[in-house]
Amino acid sequence: MFGLNKKDSSFLLIVIALTIATPILLQPFAEGSELAQFNGGYPDLMQKIAIFGIFAVGFNILFGLTGYLSFGHAAFLGIGSYAAVWMMKLLTMNVIPAILLAMLVSGLFAAAIGYVSLRRSGIYFSILTLAFAQMSYKMAYSVLTPLTNGETGLQLALDDPRILDGAVEGSSLPVTNIFGLAMNSSYKLEALGRVFTFNVGYYFCAFIAILAFYVAIRLFRSPFGMMLRAVKSNQQRMTYTGLDPKPYTLAAFVISGMYAGLAGGLLAAMDPLAGADRMLWTASGEVVIMTILGGAGTLMGPVLGAGVIKYLENIFSKINESVLHGWFHWLPDGVEDVVIWIFARFTGEGWHLTLGVTFMLVVTFLPGGLIEGLRRLSKRIKHGSQKRDKYDDPDPEHRPGPGKRVAGE
Amino acid sequence: METILLQLLNGLDKGSAYALIALGLTLIFGTLGVVNFAHGAIFMIGAFCAVTLSKLLNLSFETIDPEKLDFLGNPAKVKTPYVEAWFGPEFGHALIDWSVPLAILFSIPIMIAVGFAMERGLIKHFYKRPHADQILVTFGLAIVLQEIIKYFYGANPISTPAPDAFKGSFDFGAMLGFDPNMIIYPYWRLIYFGFAAVVIGAVFSFLQFTTFGMVVRAGMADRETVGLLGINIDRRFTIMFGLASAVAGVAGVMYAPILSPNYHMGMDFLVLCFVVVVVGGMGSLPGAVAAGFLLGILESFSSMNAVKSVLPGIDQIIIYVVAIVILLTRPRGLMGKKGVMED
Repeated sequence: MFGLNKKDSSFLLIVIALTIATPILLQPFAEGSELAQFNGGYPDLMQKIAIFGIFAVGFNILFGLTGYLSFGHAAFLGIGSYAAVWMMKLLTMNVIPAILLAMLVSGLFAAAIGYVSLRRSGIYFSILTLAFAQMSYKMAYSVLTPLTNGETGLQLALDDPRILDGAVEGSSLPVTNIFGLAMNSSYKLEALGRVFTFNVGYYFCAFIAILAFYVAIRLFRSPFGMMLRAVKSNQQRMTYTGLDPKPYTLAAFVISGMYAGLAGGLLAAMDPLAGADRMLWTASGEVVIMTILGGAGTLMGPVLGAGVIKYLENIFSKINESVLHGWFHWLPDGVEDVVIWIFARFTGEGWHLTLGVTFMLVVTFLPGGLIEGLRRLSKRIKHGSQKRDKYDDPDPEHRPGPGKRVAGE
Repeated sequence: METILLQLLNGLDKGSAYALIALGLTLIFGTLGVVNFAHGAIFMIGAFCAVTLSKLLNLSFETIDPEKLDFLGNPAKVKTPYVEAWFGPEFGHALIDWSVPLAILFSIPIMIAVGFAMERGLIKHFYKRPHADQILVTFGLAIVLQEIIKYFYGANPISTPAPDAFKGSFDFGAMLGFDPNMIIYPYWRLIYFGFAAVVIGAVFSFLQFTTFGMVVRAGMADRETVGLLGINIDRRFTIMFGLASAVAGVAGVMYAPILSPNYHMGMDFLVLCFVVVVVGGMGSLPGAVAAGFLLGILESFSSMNAVKSVLPGIDQIIIYVVAIVILLTRPRGLMGKKGVMED
């Protein structure tokens, strides 16, 4: 189907089914019950999961396939957001041109930055991209204020031209839409004691995310994807066979920059704001964390990582001490206080601590990310817990070890 | 001429901080071959050592002074720090006043312990892993350390004043024969520069003139051979990690009066210091120091109004521009050695 083999197309179908059903799947607990706070089926969160899924899938095309660790990918996210908001200010509130412009502009920036940064590899590449991203961030705050509106961030205004839409009536800002269908409109369905929200914005993001995912699958399976993997495993050997790795890595960089721009454009399409904070290096770090947590180099990993992180971020931030009291009230008083104190450090305000600790544990013990964890688990279940030693392996000498180099020359 | 001199001086204190952090980063990189993203967090912990000590010294008990009245007419409560009660008011006050310099003594053992714990507990397991993994795990560690500090000290910057004796500014202009008040420079920044020079000198002479330093340098050049000679090079490298942490830590302690410590200052400096290390050349200690001062001074020159009117906003991005230009024209950095981190 669509040029995919049987396994991939069934995989894609499962992903599509899951995405469509997300508003239901993320709402497993009945309204008003103790566990209702774990429901994640509200539009804002679902949109974020889809958007950051796109961002992470794009990042994975660069990092997972070629091994080049970019620490400045958020720059493209920010650039995409700015471009999209400008399109909405000048042309129309329809999101399609905004997103197209976001991809185009961030693609151009990625081509320029990539052309320069890709002259080096390894840690130098990471630092160069970091330097470029920080530079964009600082410039957005200072020199480019007329374009970016500095610290306030770029916002819509009533007196924006919006050539295609014409003048706005009334005193409220227009909402983003797709051919007249407002992004923030949603259909609420009450069933089984739960409220399911089917939001236009989410389904739009999900549609784009599936497209982006499909493109990523095709790319992973294409000869081009094979070339990118060759860059990661041994660039020197690739050069010896007469292939120049540069165009391939640059193409990967631009594609992944465009994915980031697309994600930035979608962020602006859901909420027409753009601030320089989106380009800060912590944002770049976040996408790295998502990709690694899910599993770099795998198809589903980055999406899984983005989903897990965004979901936990929202849920963990909501848990405060009174909620914890509710959970642990059955413990003896002294013990309860200690347990609540410990949990409170990791929830609410302490979400970043949880993130940091989880990330360290994953990098240390599970370099392949959650996907590898699931794979190991399913293997354990299939083969039972029989002990394996290296003599069971048919060819222990020639098993590929874990990647030794980031991007070896 | 005056403005140039003034900007030169202004660049020195920031440059000193860059140089000290970059020195530690390079030292860790050169010895252990680890790219340490948590080094900025160590700088931050150092600054918070100063905060902690000044808080500890300011711990006080309340007494009711019957002779004084507060604005409501009740007897006023007077706070007396314990140290003043124990050591007499004068000495106690001096102790509180000098808390930042005292914090250096207080911080060195702490920072060395932190460094040892980090190296033995975590980074040891990452020597054989790819650089990307090292970056990632230390990045996670930096987040964790930052959040812990945030929990204990809150998110707002905490001002930590320098001793009163160094509160004023030094009038360079009068000394050099220019108009007075043209070139004024705070004493503390001058002291910071002097302090940085002493620390850098100490590290270099330690490496250059002691047997221990010689072994470490030999290990940096060829770890395997030194190991084969029967020297426990790993232990020495661990000690160097502790030393590098201590250098970053004292840099943070002394920087506390210049920039009120906040929990994300480490990361702010780290990004710049990586740029400094790369500009100086990976694995080159003199390169890191030279690049630190160079970039600090360049940054302050580019913030001159004359420069800004020609190239607006250049002061914000000059460091990155320089880094990009140097990386592309001299891939090894200013003083980088052949064969270090070439891939």
